[in-house]
Amino acid sequence: MTYVQAVREATAQEMARDDRVFVMGQGVDDFKGMYGTTAGLAEQFGRERVFDLPLSEEGTTGVAVGAALAGLRPIHTHIRMDFLLLAMNQIVNIAAKSRYMFGGRVRVPLVIRAVIGRGWGQGAQHSQGLHSMFMHVPGLRVVAPATPYDAKGLLIQSIRDDNPVIFIEHRLLYGRQSHVPEELYTVPFGRARILAAGDDVTLVGISHAVVECLRAQRTLSQHGISAEVIDAVSLSPLDTETLAASVRKTGRLLVVDTAWTFCGASAEIVAAVAEALGGGVPFAFQRMGFAPVVCPTSKPLEKLFYPNPQTIARAAHRLVRPKAPDLQVDSAESPEIAEFKGPF
Amino acid sequence: MLDRNFYRQLYRIRRVEEELVRLYPTDQITSPIHLSIGQEAVSVGVCEALRPSDVVFGTYRSHAYYLAKGGDLRGMIAELYGKATGVAQGKAGSMHLADPDHGVMGASAVVASTIPQAVGYALAMKMRREDRVVVVFFGDGATEEGVFYESLNFAALRSLPILFICENNSYAIHSPLSSRQASPDICRKAEAMGLLAERLETLDIYELYARTCRRVTELRAGRTAPVLIECLCYRWKEHVGPGEDFAAGYRSAGECRAWQQADVLVTVGSRLNAAVRQEIEQSVEEEIREAFAFAQCSPFPAGNELYTDLYA
Repeated sequence: MTYVQAVREATAQEMARDDRVFVMGQGVDDFKGMYGTTAGLAEQFGRERVFDLPLSEEGTTGVAVGAALAGLRPIHTHIRMDFLLLAMNQIVNIAAKSRYMFGGRVRVPLVIRAVIGRGWGQGAQHSQGLHSMFMHVPGLRVVAPATPYDAKGLLIQSIRDDNPVIFIEHRLLYGRQSHVPEELYTVPFGRARILAAGDDVTLVGISHAVVECLRAQRTLSQHGISAEVIDAVSLSPLDTETLAASVRKTGRLLVVDTAWTFCGASAEIVAAVAEALGGGVPFAFQRMGFAPVVCPTSKPLEKLFYPNPQTIARAAHRLVRPKAPDLQVDSAESPEIAEFKGPF
Repeated sequence: MLDRNFYRQLYRIRRVEEELVRLYPTDQITSPIHLSIGQEAVSVGVCEALRPSDVVFGTYRSHAYYLAKGGDLRGMIAELYGKATGVAQGKAGSMHLADPDHGVMGASAVVASTIPQAVGYALAMKMRREDRVVVVFFGDGATEEGVFYESLNFAALRSLPILFICENNSYAIHSPLSSRQASPDICRKAEAMGLLAERLETLDIYELYARTCRRVTELRAGRTAPVLIECLCYRWKEHVGPGEDFAAGYRSAGECRAWQQADVLVTVGSRLNAAVRQEIEQSVEEEIREAFAFAQCSPFPAGNELYTDLYA
């Protein structure tokens, strides 16, 4: 099953199970159905539970929060994460704080689905990974599943949770396939997933970067380096325990984010691991992410903007063998990037 | 009966806030307060027309609608004192007062922020086919925020059971409406978004009550588009805090005097005989004394409370 199908199935099954669940978002009931993730849901559950929205991100986020305060369980969708910046007031000032500032007397069971774009010149405002902004705010949960299995299980978990969840998807993950059980299941918050075991270096990936880390891991193994690849999955809460245990074993940490590094999730992960290890375990580390500039549209520049399996493998190799010459690897473009074609 | 209810509510809110004015200099309340003195009639006239199961949302100028809707007085005063017995165990203060058990949803310190939540709450009521309504209170300043228009559009688009009450007191902190809006006709803007809108030029609590009753009945029955009522009113105290600020120069005491001479509390009181008035006043004074004593002798929250209720 693809990532798209996993998200759709989780939504449909939860809507069938719980009539408080509904979906609102721009174009969720149109012929494209949010890349297919909401396709057919309006026909299946009626337009009262699956409906289009005006282009009013702050207002409609507030509407979702209000419906959640009233006991419903909205799923609010955004075809690009960049638009969440228009809703920051409602997310940060209201959704994240309502329960605490009203003394625990209300709940905000809200899921905000947001898609990170990449490729075909998405450019400055259709490509941002803004998760660290939300990780900074107590009261929110932030997840970025990279596999269809986790997408389904975590979406179900997020819908059932009584707190606001920022559920981050990546456009280039949508076509990925994995085994996804047909039945309902949940994946807990705060649990990272070890995708490949290894002893020499820990590669932590976030969202689409996980896929690139797995490719780098295969390259590294051809050069006799055993990399442990961990999908962070849940960014807030963060599974520091799993990450620290891996670094304790490997002594080396490379965090690859689908975002900038400065004040980013990668900084938090390195700090959290260092604190967890208590200074008693020195480890070498590096962070990788977007180049510290605005995402350009021109293809050659866009390519340089992102880490790729070659740059990741080279960085990991340097951590493991700091004195060896740089790893030479051929620079094949990852298929989902090479094959991705617009217009959107 | 209406006169008695109005008088009791108006007197209660006025006296609670006068007590806050009296006690604020003692620094027992260590958070901002925005007083409603002079504007109480808007909350009272509207909330008297509501059922206990109806829901109100509001602003940081929260005391009047909170009390008028039935919010717990002891829990409110204790909340202002930052005590564990407060409605939010000392985590809300005056600016985020809420008592969901009595249909008082939270207030926000960020202008206009609660308006879309009120709309969302009304959406939930409509989806569940309830006959409840939502009322949201906000000031003239809120009508300059983009989310105000977004919310009105959505409410009208979905024909939601919601009444928007704009308390137009002419000032956003110290800035007059004329320095903020090129076209200060708030009702016309609401109409342009698809709402029904009407303005009350004078603070006539009976007229406001009658209009609210009519509108709310129609909203419950799903017979009308959402409604906005603009109520002209005047804030007697400074924007935040217990004092007066006529010496600051941005407005004059004379401007306020006209409103004070038409004090709704006095108007309503004059319709009751002295004995009835006295009986109401005595019972309210007793309740207020008790509430402040309760707040003062309540404990502060324990240190571990810092970490509770962040997540459900």
